[in-house]
Amino acid sequence: MDIIIYGTVNSVIFALIAVGFTLVYGVSRVPNFAHGSIYVLVGFLTWSFVNSFHMNYIPAIILSLGIAALIGLVIYRLILIRMRGMPTSEIIASFAVSLIILEGLRMQGIAGFKGFIGPFYVLQPFKEGKINILGVFVDYQRLIIVGAGLALVTLLWLFTHHTKTGLALRAIAQDEQAAMMLGVNSDRTATIALAIGSALAGLAAVIILPLGNITAETGYRVLIYALAVCIIGGLGSWAGAVLASFLLGFAMKISTALFGAVWESVVLVGMIILILLFRPSGLLGKQKELEERV
Amino acid sequence: MRTEGLYALSSWSDMAYLLAPRVFLVFGLLILPLVLDMYWQRVLCAAGIYALLAIGFDFLAEYVGLVCLGGALFVGTGGYISGLLNVSLGLPPLLCIPIAAVSGALISTIVLIPCLRLRGIYFAIVSFMFPLFAVFIIIALGVFGSTEGISALDLLPNRWFEQYIILALVLASVFSVRRLVNEDFGIILRGIKDNDQAVRSSGINITMYKVKAVFVAALIGCLGGAYLSHLYGWLGLSLFAMDFSILPIAATVMGGMGTLVGPVIGAFILTPMSEALRGFGQLRVVVYCLILIGFMVYKPEGLMNYLERKYHQFERWEKV
Repeated sequence: MDIIIYGTVNSVIFALIAVGFTLVYGVSRVPNFAHGSIYVLVGFLTWSFVNSFHMNYIPAIILSLGIAALIGLVIYRLILIRMRGMPTSEIIASFAVSLIILEGLRMQGIAGFKGFIGPFYVLQPFKEGKINILGVFVDYQRLIIVGAGLALVTLLWLFTHHTKTGLALRAIAQDEQAAMMLGVNSDRTATIALAIGSALAGLAAVIILPLGNITAETGYRVLIYALAVCIIGGLGSWAGAVLASFLLGFAMKISTALFGAVWESVVLVGMIILILLFRPSGLLGKQKELEERV
Repeated sequence: MRTEGLYALSSWSDMAYLLAPRVFLVFGLLILPLVLDMYWQRVLCAAGIYALLAIGFDFLAEYVGLVCLGGALFVGTGGYISGLLNVSLGLPPLLCIPIAAVSGALISTIVLIPCLRLRGIYFAIVSFMFPLFAVFIIIALGVFGSTEGISALDLLPNRWFEQYIILALVLASVFSVRRLVNEDFGIILRGIKDNDQAVRSSGINITMYKVKAVFVAALIGCLGGAYLSHLYGWLGLSLFAMDFSILPIAATVMGGMGTLVGPVIGAFILTPMSEALRGFGQLRVVVYCLILIGFMVYKPEGLMNYLERKYHQFERWEKV
């Protein structure tokens, strides 16, 4: 029972982390390696808005999400736009942005937040306390995570399948030339994708971070998790991403329960390698993606 | 403009024109140890290691299309194997380094084989995970000195030997990799990068070629790592540090991707600079990345391509 409930929570955490990345890369083919760093940055920003500038919690969150979206926009407009279509450069440049943010935060922190001094930077949970579900105590924050994660995935699915902007996002992923002929502005759409993706990374951060401390290292882990979900699930497929999150969430929970926490990352890499060996296009990936990757 | 090969033999001045940059590079590097003081000689050795890694990165990224963000994996594997051979079997460093380079390259290649089916962003991230993963495993199992590392390895004979061996390795790798990519092997690799399906339909086993290419890059990287552990007489988890993955990339972008010499020049510029920034600690990484992005956005061709173009624009008249 313990494993089922915490496994579910874990899985939804994976899904939350990965949705932003899936939206940006899986859907509009812009690799955003700054994903993890924006996740951490939003944590830092929210913390310093609340603790250094004494803002209320909700406005602080909204403000830092706005900043995250702005950063995504700036990254695309200033840097990635110049190397569109050259995957090597896109990867290196966005990874460099990510390192600038993470290592800068680790050494300098922002506005009273010194990233390297103590491990005691914690965002407060939305609601304190625990509840007993079938004999297992779960705190409210974890329930909020599950609710928010499910709602977010549904909303994003609706967004990419039933709104004009969302359809444009998918269009440039499938065939950029054809989409441009039909009047989709590919640069504007990619900018939107990056802005939304960054905001989603931030949203994941404010929902998940109250469970633990905010540290710069989290950024690398988040990026790896997001990519793991993307690789295992298959590109651009929401169902695949959700399935992969659950697979990873439970696999890691079970391995932690059986062998201890150090084996978590071993399981992660092992699963990625297994999936790549047997289904290179991911669990629910389609033929087009197979060409893309193999 | 003229083509290199055909006119090169037509006159002494033409030959000099073609040879000058190469001679300048070789002798420039060979003279450096004589003019530097002790401290900067050490920096030179470190720059040589980064140059080796940068050559490997450039080769994989530009000629095979595999962007490897985990250069630290090669350094770590080579360094650990060489150090362990030295400590546990008592072999001399000069024997350890080649053994470690070959066996480390084999191990890294085997580890990377499952990922070779991936391209672009996927390979990049998976390769980025391996150094982190190696650190986890070493800590989790508590082997190889765990978090403290192993000190008191045998050092290289003397400091002149130290410097000239790394410079010789750098020069040898540059020229041999450059020759390799101009052979048929290199043409196939470039074909794989540009359109792997077409290469496959010609009946060529692309995975085999990728494996060989990764082995070459890993060999160069492991050589650097093995040398590093004997340079400082110490091995530890910092052999898997991010610096070994990022600085070579920055050097490659700065020097010009795909030129193979450019990365070397980039490494010999960036390493002293990072040494000067030592006071800033981890912020050095931020500085590399800023330089990297600056070059990508404003000068994507890199220094080497730029210089080469300018050099070819010199006006020269030949008497016929």
